[in-house]
Amino acid sequence: MAMRLHEYQAKRIFSKHGIRVPKGEIAETPEKTREIAQKLGGRVVLKAQVLVGGRGKAGGIKKAESPDEAEKIASQLLGSMIKGHKVEKVLVEEALDIKKEYYVGYIIDKNRRTPAIIFSKIGGMDIEEVAAKHPEEIHRIYFDPLWGLQDYQVRTALFKAGFSKEEYSEMFRIIKTLYEIAFKYEAELAEINPLVITSNGFVAADARLNVDDNALYRHPELESLRDATEVDDLEREARLKGLNYVRLSGEIGIIANGAGLAMTTMDLINIMGGKPANFLDTGGGLADPTKMKMCLEHVIKDENVKVVFINIFAEITRCEKVAEGIILALEETNRKIPLVIKLVGTNEELGKKMLREYAERSNAEIHFVDSVEEGARKAVELSKEV
Amino acid sequence: MAILVDENTRVIVQGITGFQGNFQTKRMLDYGTKVVGGVSPGKGGSTVHGVPVFNTVEEVVDATDANTSIIYVPAKFAYDAILEALDAGLDLVVSVTEGIPLYDEMKIQKKLREVNSKLLGPNCPGVISPGKSKVGLLPDRSFTPGNIGIVSRSGTLTYQIAENLTKAGIGQSTVVGIGGDALPGLTFVDILQMFEEDDETKAVVLVGEIGGTAEEEAAKFLKKMSKPVIAFIAGKTAPPGKRMGHAGAIIEGNTGTAESKINALKDAGAIIAETLLDIVNKVKKMI
Repeated sequence: MAMRLHEYQAKRIFSKHGIRVPKGEIAETPEKTREIAQKLGGRVVLKAQVLVGGRGKAGGIKKAESPDEAEKIASQLLGSMIKGHKVEKVLVEEALDIKKEYYVGYIIDKNRRTPAIIFSKIGGMDIEEVAAKHPEEIHRIYFDPLWGLQDYQVRTALFKAGFSKEEYSEMFRIIKTLYEIAFKYEAELAEINPLVITSNGFVAADARLNVDDNALYRHPELESLRDATEVDDLEREARLKGLNYVRLSGEIGIIANGAGLAMTTMDLINIMGGKPANFLDTGGGLADPTKMKMCLEHVIKDENVKVVFINIFAEITRCEKVAEGIILALEETNRKIPLVIKLVGTNEELGKKMLREYAERSNAEIHFVDSVEEGARKAVELSKEV
Repeated sequence: MAILVDENTRVIVQGITGFQGNFQTKRMLDYGTKVVGGVSPGKGGSTVHGVPVFNTVEEVVDATDANTSIIYVPAKFAYDAILEALDAGLDLVVSVTEGIPLYDEMKIQKKLREVNSKLLGPNCPGVISPGKSKVGLLPDRSFTPGNIGIVSRSGTLTYQIAENLTKAGIGQSTVVGIGGDALPGLTFVDILQMFEEDDETKAVVLVGEIGGTAEEEAAKFLKKMSKPVIAFIAGKTAPPGKRMGHAGAIIEGNTGTAESKINALKDAGAIIAETLLDIVNKVKKMI
């Protein structure tokens, strides 16, 4: 998994390492936007800070000719939704005088199992399209992760691509810097698209930096950027609790242990005509009942949830611990939500017995099923009843 | 025959004195796996469930006839433990640990090109040849000896699929979890090739997931395979938009989606199962 940084966060890092970015500041209010626009001389670009692709086409990037206009646009952008993401911040930047647009990116090629630099003289637009239609315009440098990116490799690729003398040294420096940033922060992706050529040199008009979640313990300075990168409150909360949770728009809550099992549960619910409210992979640690309690509590926090399908293949975890967790969560909630449960593992009969007894004494609605298919069907049926 | 592990597999457990290592050693011994030694730096000379503990992999390899290692050490130290095992010349190294940093994994990949050892994982449940040997944390109850090979990127989903087959009276030759990491050691292609050459395996169930290109790569190999393959892809209805930026798209093109994987596998001659129970039905028809 990668932690994705916002454009303004990535730009700060790029800039700190010597890659030029447009002058600009972040604003959370229209008034502040006006102030920044004034400082920048009036003509500015407003960029919604949301972590979605195709932000420009979705109306998240706007030009303003004056501080008045900037304020007006900001009042429309701030608080609006772009592809399901709420705009909480806009980046206000000087308008660039664009002569040309290039593309430079760093990525780990999972197939070749090596890092790669990719660059092109065609940037700004849909780079995927360029890659598909004009593969000869996309230049790649694959390099050894232990040796690192060598000067001669960059030189060779740049000469092959036919860069002019003036552009060559800037490109060389930017590629090497991007590589250094990527390795320093253990990035999965570092990208400048477009890299804009102005009369004053090269400027990173956009910036993207996705870093490896698993390596964050080696980069504590990045951890503090994280909170700003999540949008959904329930997703943010889930991450703080260490849960692998993705919010969806339906009404059937899903709790499963293992990503594959959770995805299959989601698929079967969809196939049977239901709408999942979330995806939740509990991960390990179910031996402690508080883990299951936390998962169930979290899923039913979503008010759209009408029924929850709990699909646990407990392997070595004892089922009575899972049952205990479910009961603890039910005891503490005021919501009356039917549960569909598929529980497999050590002491599964004991676990089911505990749940059955609890359901009787507290009037909770619990349905036990023997297959994932049966569970999905039952959950879909219940979601349409209530 | 079976693949990867059998009666002749002699295992060492790296991290044997840790909670997981200790517990899983007991479970492997109970299953009949030959666990010949353990490694725990500073605890050499002690025993765990009767298994002698050594300070280093080099020592345990010198002292025993081990040919396989399973590693139960935390993510921060897994990189070093994996390199230690690979440099000791073991045939197979199984890495269960989840959450190993990508840059560590890239270096491990580089090492794998220099040695003859194979790496299963990281972030995998291991491998079982039912009735013969288990190197990993797969639950015994789900498996029974037979002629179906299973190779999967998942854990619990694999157990569920195996258990469904077992309940239907269909046994397995070997069940391999290649793990969910972006940079795995053994891949679908490696395992399919082994199943193709294995006398005991009559058909293969391939369990894939959305993301990455492992299934598309597998499809390329399927064209050369004579044994039937039943494929299942998890995540068919996952919402789109989880791709990793433009550069990712450039490398992967349109691959990575469930549709791309299913089409590639279908074109290569695989039988696609829509649901879990459908897997059982389609396997039944094959044998």
